Amino acid sequence: MSRASTVALRLSNITKRFGPVLANDRVSLEVAQGEVLALLGENGAGKTTLMNIVFGHYTADEGRIEVFGAPLPFGQPRSALARGLGMVHQHFTLAENMTVLDNLLLGTRPLFALRSGRAAGRKRVLSLAEEYGLRIDPDMPVAALSVGERQRVEILKALYREARILILDEPTAVLTPQEAEGLFATLRRAVKRGLSIIFISHKLNEVMAIADRVVVLRQGRVAGALAISQTNPAELAAMMVGNDVPVPVVQKTREGDVALRLRDVETSGQRPDLRGLSLELVAGRITGLAGVSGNGQAALAALIAGLAVPCSGRIEIAGREIRDWSPAAAIAQGIARIPEDRHHAGTIGDFTLTENAVLERIREPRFSRSGWIDWHAARAHARTLIAGYDIRCPGPDARIRLLSGGNMQKLILGRVLEEAPAVILANQPVRGLDIGALRFVQEKLLAARRRGAAILLISEDLEEIMALSDVIHVISKGRLSPGFARGTMRSTDLGLWMAGRGFDDAA
Amino acid sequence: MRLEPIAAPGFARRVLPPLVALGATTLAGAALARFAGADAFAALGLIAKGALGTKFALMETLNRATPLIFAGLSVAVAFRARLWNIGAEAQLYAGALVTVLLGTGILPLPSPLLIPVLALAAILAGAVLLIVPAMLKLRLGVDEVVTTLLVNFIMLLIVSMLLEGPLKDPMGMGWPKSAPLVHEARLPRILPGLRLHWGFGLAVIAAFAVWIIDRRTVAGFEMRAVGAGEAAARFAGIRVPRVVLRTAALSGGLAALAGFSEVAGLKGNLTLDLSPGYGYTGIVVAMLAALNPFGVVLAALFVAAVFVGADSMSRAAGVPTYIADMLLAFALLAMVLALTMTRYRLRRA
Repeated sequence: MSRASTVALRLSNITKRFGPVLANDRVSLEVAQGEVLALLGENGAGKTTLMNIVFGHYTADEGRIEVFGAPLPFGQPRSALARGLGMVHQHFTLAENMTVLDNLLLGTRPLFALRSGRAAGRKRVLSLAEEYGLRIDPDMPVAALSVGERQRVEILKALYREARILILDEPTAVLTPQEAEGLFATLRRAVKRGLSIIFISHKLNEVMAIADRVVVLRQGRVAGALAISQTNPAELAAMMVGNDVPVPVVQKTREGDVALRLRDVETSGQRPDLRGLSLELVAGRITGLAGVSGNGQAALAALIAGLAVPCSGRIEIAGREIRDWSPAAAIAQGIARIPEDRHHAGTIGDFTLTENAVLERIREPRFSRSGWIDWHAARAHARTLIAGYDIRCPGPDARIRLLSGGNMQKLILGRVLEEAPAVILANQPVRGLDIGALRFVQEKLLAARRRGAAILLISEDLEEIMALSDVIHVISKGRLSPGFARGTMRSTDLGLWMAGRGFDDAA
Repeated sequence: MRLEPIAAPGFARRVLPPLVALGATTLAGAALARFAGADAFAALGLIAKGALGTKFALMETLNRATPLIFAGLSVAVAFRARLWNIGAEAQLYAGALVTVLLGTGILPLPSPLLIPVLALAAILAGAVLLIVPAMLKLRLGVDEVVTTLLVNFIMLLIVSMLLEGPLKDPMGMGWPKSAPLVHEARLPRILPGLRLHWGFGLAVIAAFAVWIIDRRTVAGFEMRAVGAGEAAARFAGIRVPRVVLRTAALSGGLAALAGFSEVAGLKGNLTLDLSPGYGYTGIVVAMLAALNPFGVVLAALFVAAVFVGADSMSRAAGVPTYIADMLLAFALLAMVLALTMTRYRLRRA
């Protein structure tokens, strides 16, 4: 393998600061031609920042980038493109109303030309698709494609622009396990043809499966660089988090009555809508909701949070049907709601901790009397939460915008858990949190379970769902699978359900 | 170059830029006067003297500030809740119209009863005038910037029609003006012998009231919540449509009080030149004040002083009064920039 010795991309001492936060701290790495380098790290470890610097979206404060031996100027996506760098982002950058072919040609042709070169373009697209095993119909509008197909278009777009180094940012986050296998097959073909691939991930088994070498980032620094053949998942995990991987201890609890029941609920106006969905949340049980994102999790969460009303079907709480359904009603019925988006739905950035702490309960007599707010009581409540939930902050009068995501989440958690709720809706409760905050949130949820709360845990992380849930449902295109008891399903089995198999009766 | 938000701006960060803006505005005023052919620093002195130098000038400035405080509060309250009320001018005229309709003899009440009744009626009229566009926004998604702006013209034409027709003062020598208010409907002067009327007192009280509503009441908390984070407010169980309508009522009512106080405190009747665009200037005032109610009082005083002072200076120094408008525009630009600089710092990319 003589070509493997050619260095395709070399980063030297890349440093990037965002205000006081050091996102990348003297990061150096190399990618050889024809190899897959995995960039492994937790959320917030600096992986995406680093690749955005390479691609010119951000400008590094210090350091140097070389592509095939020649230095690459900072902050110029165009020259990165021209030098053969291609990036597939987590969030796709396709024009939905155009066809696949138009998306691929977009930006590659001069504005004014006698011949559009469409026919030649189509020919090349088809041969590239054939060569790399990327099945796709070039005349389909992108809007009609599944997430996995869109990803193929993104990869094809990079190949069409003659990318020599392909950067994939968390490419499997939106894929079922089966689709991920297809992606890996494509990547293997690509490296055989001499491309270099940087594969950003925080999933260990994927990294072990696809990569030749791995660079582990932790808190913006390189924590280790190893050949895959000389390491194992446990070692990589330890490198990622800096200490042992937390495996939450889930003790047995006594389950109680059904706290919340959905009977054949349907929604309208959500994408996708819920279709004849029935679900029981039982006291003392964590019900996990697995699924590829965008399959109705948002509709279900909105329904339980009170933001949406069912157009048919019933919501029952503690055995009684609820007719007037709204966020206020959900709060009054004792539903603790941890929203997916803590910045927009969970908190008001310009409000203080105190104001955010009482946001849901300002009308209750303990915080206001005949319309007048008792700020002493509100502030005291905020102090209780700060102490009880270990919220690191300047004080109860600090604007919540200044807090880290973990501390923001702790405030939301404290705000709802202090009320000893009967039902807890936890929508992606640990996404983007560092390991300490993650463990804290999971322990609080487990404590609420011991106390007898009925918990719905929605997450895109299958490992998290499998570790915490007593019963797992899979959601796909707005339909719900039967509940699977803890330990009865392997992740590959769940993966089949996530891909939509087994729902045939409702098709 | 790009802007980077500052997490916790220090005291100097918050105070210096507005002061610099004020200084820059002064320099611009001097330059403008110079350009118009007057001695720059003498002109600045004339502005200050014309606005604040004599008892008469001071009272004139305070009277001029009164409708600006009401209009500024109206805009600040609405903008804070992200209700873009551009219709303060119409609401002002609605308040003035109702004051004239009810205050010219129909209601035979003594002063202590008649004045509150007129004020409440004016508030009601202004509130209705903003609640309608607010409902169109909530129900049908009609942009309130457009509707409230257009209502300004409709209102002015209605007033014009009424002044040429049913409301025309028979004793008015043919001028398009309403009959004068009865004596019992007039706002008394704060101090005997001075031209300052109680409308000014009412405006300052209104600023206090808005501040208290903002800071101490559930209603104000919910208005701020809807403005600062509508999705989070809705998620937290706040009924957003209801809050928007409440905000519209408060904002429209405040603007209508400007019309009420101009008619009942100063003019005594309704004419088409009752307001030289106070409703629009209210937007300037509210922005200068960064939507803070006490800031509105200060900004209104500043704007009034510039107008009154520049008026007087232009007469004394023989330069155009347009200098006042230009100064105000400059002050607004400088202040908006300054307020941005209190929250962001400039960085080379």
